[in-house]
Amino acid sequence: MNMSHEKSHISTYTSLATVLVILLLLTTLSVGVTSYHLGAFAVAIALIIASVKVAIVITQFMHMKFESLFLKLMITGVFVIFALVIIITFSDYYFR
Amino acid sequence: MTEHHTDTGQFDQETGKLGMWIFLLTELFLFGGLFLVYAVFRAKYSLDFHNAAQELNTFIGTLNTVFLLTSSMTVAMALTAIQKNSPRLALFLVFITILFAALFMVNKYFEWTHKFSLHIYPGSPVLKNLQKGELLFFGLYYMMTGLHALHVFIGMILLSINLVKIRKNVVNSGHYLLLENSALYWHLVDLIWIFLFPLLYLIT
Repeated sequence: MNMSHEKSHISTYTSLATVLVILLLLTTLSVGVTSYHLGAFAVAIALIIASVKVAIVITQFMHMKFESLFLKLMITGVFVIFALVIIITFSDYYFR
Repeated sequence: MTEHHTDTGQFDQETGKLGMWIFLLTELFLFGGLFLVYAVFRAKYSLDFHNAAQELNTFIGTLNTVFLLTSSMTVAMALTAIQKNSPRLALFLVFITILFAALFMVNKYFEWTHKFSLHIYPGSPVLKNLQKGELLFFGLYYMMTGLHALHVFIGMILLSINLVKIRKNVVNSGHYLLLENSALYWHLVDLIWIFLFPLLYLIT
């Protein structure tokens, strides 16, 4: 029981609040960037910002930073497969 | 339950969380399929998508993003509170999370009714006369935000169950798997919106 208690990490309130501030700043940034009509460039920036936000939510809010190696590998692996499915299918349609 | 591991509850905790994550990853592919359809048609009918997306209200979209991001923090804080054995604070934070979810739904309600008043809804005569790409955009818009709103609704039910269980001390500092998994579900709802928001509202 002692060992398991050491393992389960408890996030502090301040760290969670800091994460929210960062996420809100990133949201402001993506709204700001896309309000300039930059075309395909804006799409890329908006999606990169969204990916950064997703990574922050998974590692911080969803505690992935503190999970077991098994869970980390499984989730990263599935995300990689997911990205491959999207990229391969999309490129097939787009360059057909 | 006869296993000697379970007397600490930790073994259940780990497997329970693993199961939740496997479910969440299937959800990722559910929405992923829709994202893919969106990407393909956007590439095919980029001008129509551009025109149709301008119908959407960026302000409402941004406001809903803020609601969901904040609610994600409050539910994460609720987990911290229960782990630190302060159930009253946890109750309050879960309640605030449900409140933000409700605000999101109210916003969505106004957004959709406004679209309906402009006769933009699936199968409407106005929509049928639009360009093919615009029709596809609104179809995907209703499908994606509708499926997401359904998840918000399910999340609200899950969080409400947590309210009751925390009050009854069934969810406490020793056993909080239900709250942890509900929080994970709620974060997934947030994750999906993080991608939906720029794709539908920002990229015009």
